[in-house]
Amino acid sequence: MIAALNIGVAALVLALALFTIVARESFAACVGFLAYGLLLTLVWVQLQGLDVALIEGAVGGGLTGVLVIGAAVRLRSTQAAADAARLGMPARMLAVLLSGGVAAAMAACVLALPDPAPTLAPQVSASMAATGVANPVTAVLLAFRAMDTLLEAIVLVLALIGVWSLAPDRVWGGRPALGYDVDPDGILAYVARILPPIGIVAGIYIFWAGADHPGGKFQGATILAAMWLLAMRAGLTDAPPVDRKWLRLALVAGPAAFFAIGLAGTVTAGAFLAYPDGYAKVLILAIEWALLPSLALTLFLLMAGAPQRMSAP
Amino acid sequence: MTAPTIFGICAALLVGIGLFGVIISPHPLRKLLAFNLIGSGVFMLLGAVARRGAAAGMGGDPVPQALLITGIVVAFSATALAVALLLRLFNETGSVTLAADARAHPDAGDT
Repeated sequence: MIAALNIGVAALVLALALFTIVARESFAACVGFLAYGLLLTLVWVQLQGLDVALIEGAVGGGLTGVLVIGAAVRLRSTQAAADAARLGMPARMLAVLLSGGVAAAMAACVLALPDPAPTLAPQVSASMAATGVANPVTAVLLAFRAMDTLLEAIVLVLALIGVWSLAPDRVWGGRPALGYDVDPDGILAYVARILPPIGIVAGIYIFWAGADHPGGKFQGATILAAMWLLAMRAGLTDAPPVDRKWLRLALVAGPAAFFAIGLAGTVTAGAFLAYPDGYAKVLILAIEWALLPSLALTLFLLMAGAPQRMSAP
Repeated sequence: MTAPTIFGICAALLVGIGLFGVIISPHPLRKLLAFNLIGSGVFMLLGAVARRGAAAGMGGDPVPQALLITGIVVAFSATALAVALLLRLFNETGSVTLAADARAHPDAGDT
């Protein structure tokens, strides 16, 4: 019964993926991609990765879907030129053969995976008590593989620097585009007033629960960023101009605090990113609290895009 | 069939579909979507491997699961940068065709 359900979900995922490729309109393809990302959360639940399901729904499906839909609307006029540049039949057949071959080789590898599977779960289970957190994924993210998480937080800031540097010179230091003309009495403005109070509580709860249950700072920060984005798209608030000092300080505060705590570990615990005995949970929570606002701000500004207009005086 | 096998094969097919899309889609935004499909196929395969590593009372190996969270966030930031590049190209030239380079250097193909 469960196997039949899994096969059904897999078939739906594949059908949506195929639709994303073959849909005629880019806009339709992007909407298909958003639905695809949300459907993937079911797959992650079936694979027992609840933390991954949350991040897939929030970032992989939600934020990425909204990002590409916004781009598809802006690029609508380029559709005709792209339609004219379609590949001929022989090239398409070659592409089918190549991608079919790659998929077949990967599927063969899946069927040939070793049994019993290698796993680090027993080691994580044995060492987890030292970290003081009860969610094994959080323990891996912030203790055993904290280096990955530190670099990830820095990569987000680097991506934002990349996006900002794409601003034309004349609007440097300005604000990102608002996007839409919104009816102030319309349904979007209404939802943007009703939803954020609930969303902010939900975001902070998911962040707080992450120490012991599925959830965490990335998932929580994404929800907070989405609430701000919703309010901005509805015209209720605005993105800050990118040349503000407080903004830049807030963006780097989280990664900088993480780095400072990691550096302190070289003195107090003998290794970079090591925590002294008995202080692991306090330091992990301190890092998470420092990262949350920076992550929410970075994700929001990545969604808002490069500066497009000068700020009002 | 177990869930890791079903979704492992699903992941392999997703990579194939994504690769096909990267090759045949003329529009850069569609290539970006297809590239994200390849990425999510790779993530799903790693998720299936993590599920096979269930042990010590955990539903899956938490180490690959944590790597997946990092990977999905980094994939998003790369996508955001690519979309920003695309929009800047559109604002500058009014088109996003990748074939423009070939026309700008007509003799590039002769050498």
